[in-house]
Amino acid sequence: MDLQLLARFNAARSGRKPAILVTETGSGAQRLVAPGDITDADPLAAELRARLRSGKSGLVELAGGGQAFLTVSVPPPRIVLIGAVHISQALVPMAQIAGFDVTVVDPRTAFATPERFPDGTLLAEWPADVLEQLSLDPYTALAALTHDPKIDDVPLAAALAAGCFYVGALGSRKTHGKRRERLLEAGVTPDAFDSIDAPIGADIGAASPAEIAVAVLANIIAALRKSPDPKEEGLKGEGGRP
Amino acid sequence: MQQDAIRTEIDPLVLAESWSRDGRRVALATVVETWGSAPRPVGAHLVIDAEGNFEGSVSGGCVEGAVVAEAAEVIETGKPTMLEFGVADETAWRVGLSCGGRIRVYVEPVARSA
Repeated sequence: MDLQLLARFNAARSGRKPAILVTETGSGAQRLVAPGDITDADPLAAELRARLRSGKSGLVELAGGGQAFLTVSVPPPRIVLIGAVHISQALVPMAQIAGFDVTVVDPRTAFATPERFPDGTLLAEWPADVLEQLSLDPYTALAALTHDPKIDDVPLAAALAAGCFYVGALGSRKTHGKRRERLLEAGVTPDAFDSIDAPIGADIGAASPAEIAVAVLANIIAALRKSPDPKEEGLKGEGGRP
Repeated sequence: MQQDAIRTEIDPLVLAESWSRDGRRVALATVVETWGSAPRPVGAHLVIDAEGNFEGSVSGGCVEGAVVAEAAEVIETGKPTMLEFGVADETAWRVGLSCGGRIRVYVEPVARSA
């Protein structure tokens, strides 16, 4: 492998940019493919696109004979929590144990204190002001937990637009109904809105904040790991990585 | 803490780049195929230098010695090679996978552009 190619691959990996290194195992020839590089003229186009979704490396057969190994790098999954609330206090350590990087955003400085959130990244800012910094992407899950439209609405719409693999929102059915009206008015499509996990979390009868945190984390993991299954479409909590 | 251990795990690809920039001659081994019970998944890497130093893992220790030996050859010739280890392979009796699986490992040199 050429050092420059390896350096470009590593730069993509550290910058949370998906990339695939294609190595023809017979000749040793290599190329680096970013999602935007894939054209229909590429004989491996379908394979490359599928691999970017699954994140799985593996061998593929080449049309002209021989094999290529695809080293697939997709960004490690992470979670953005809107609201430095009680559920978040329980969810941050659980999500970290499960291997996620976690960022908590809440402009209310009484909630967003280092004492309440000793671990993970804490941003005591309005979500709208830090959207760029959050760099929402298809490898990010976002859960809005404040109940407050002023805080939750903007990041929810942004997460749907960015194709986050999971978007969840806390709130009663009534709250969620009003949220629907507001977000549709703001330009969110009905399909996109209906992909929001609400009422939030797996249906395990969670009552305490910690139990709700378990339920939310369960659905985030399901969205990340379970392939979309047409039979289960429409079931709450089901979903696939985009 | 376990979490810290996971996060600070050395990334063989990052290491391959930095070793090579340091002027060390480097080979990269990658698990490209597994059958049955294999100790490390497809895509796992091992980085090796010409002195036989290595980091990462392609088999959790079963065949690393053999891969490191082959890597010396790859670094010398500059030509990539494909290795196979497993119970069906005669070498398995020498360096085999105790789990009974089979793996194929691609070993390639990391070359500095001219």
